[in-house]
Amino acid sequence: MPMIKVHKETCKGCELCIHACPQEILVMSKVLNKKGYFYAMVEDPGRCIGCAMCALTCPDVAIEVGVQGTRYVLYEY
Amino acid sequence: MIETIFSRPESLREVSTHYCPGCTHGITHRLIAEVLDELGLRERTVGVAPVGCAVLAYNYFNCDFAEAAHGRAPAMATGIKRCRPNLIVFTYQGDGDLASIGTAEIFHAANRGEKFTVIFVNNAIYGMTGGQMAPTTMPNQKATTCPFGRDVETAGYPVRVCEVLSKITTPSYIARVTAAVPKEIPRAKDALRKAFQYQAENRCFSLVEFVSTCPTNWGMNPLKACEWAVSDMMPYYPLGEFKTPDDPLPAGLNLIEGDE
Ligand SMILES: Cc1ncc(C[n+]2csc(CCOP(=O)(O)OP(=O)(O)O)c2C)c(N)n1
Ligand code: SF4
Repeated sequence: MPMIKVHKETCKGCELCIHACPQEILVMSKVLNKKGYFYAMVEDPGRCIGCAMCALTCPDVAIEVGVQGTRYVLYEY
Repeated sequence: MIETIFSRPESLREVSTHYCPGCTHGITHRLIAEVLDELGLRERTVGVAPVGCAVLAYNYFNCDFAEAAHGRAPAMATGIKRCRPNLIVFTYQGDGDLASIGTAEIFHAANRGEKFTVIFVNNAIYGMTGGQMAPTTMPNQKATTCPFGRDVETAGYPVRVCEVLSKITTPSYIARVTAAVPKEIPRAKDALRKAFQYQAENRCFSLVEFVSTCPTNWGMNPLKACEWAVSDMMPYYPLGEFKTPDDPLPAGLNLIEGDE
């Protein structure tokens, strides 16, 4: 199962990952992090396909992607 | 066992950048760092930071760095590269830095075919100083020094750096990419990889322009800024490779047989 990890203290809440995720599993938090931003978090980890689009668009490298077993590649470049 | 397939590259230090949320400077930094890691060049790389929002880039990359005066990064990179040709040298410049105050430096560095790599971040505005008009500002785009929009009658049309530099005869690698569209990011990395590879092979000058965003000074949220870059900038700043060192030289040069 693929899974992503959002480092909440690194996130600046730009929301780019929310729109990049083809599975729409990321949402913004309702509470602030230490920097004072609403941060991205995974709402439905079960639907993650490990395509890493969220990590690719994150300007602050706040997202780590790991896989265990199957990973679905969305785009072939 | 969980296998990590995406994490912070070694060439990027574990610090938070000062860039505004959603600014594509961060993505560009990460791509450079990934390429340095993948090509194994980090240990012998020297970056040259510009004046502009990326002025603190030396705090973010895990390689040697120098800080140049406004627009003079190519001059400094020339010096470093000529004294120590085995080093990998890159400059990281904004549009105000490269296309405005530093026009002479970049033009002649490209014309001399200096073997370093330029990363040119074109966000159509002066970010750091608060959103003044840049040579790359789009017609009718509002900026603090053109509150009614850029008037092409008095300010001319936006400068297209890739198109201008690719007309120089000296062989070089010139490409325009973007980090504002997720699907284009792998292609941007590919262009960066080629640019550094050409330098590592000591072949030619290389420049990769990034069509970038400045959500803060454009007055948009990050997503809207990315959409604006696609809808308003990219038709005028088309993506692609403009020149590669394999392109034939123009006719009429009268080179001696066997010369290049
Ligand atoms: C010699 C000199 N002139 C002017 C300035 C003021 N200045 C600082 S940054 C900047 C423009 C930077 O814009 P750009 O290169 O587009 O970078 P961005 O901030 O958009 O990334 C200017 C004009 C300066 N620092 N030095
Ligand atoms: S001012 Fe603009 S270019 Fe500078 S960090 Fe902020 S968004 Fe990026």
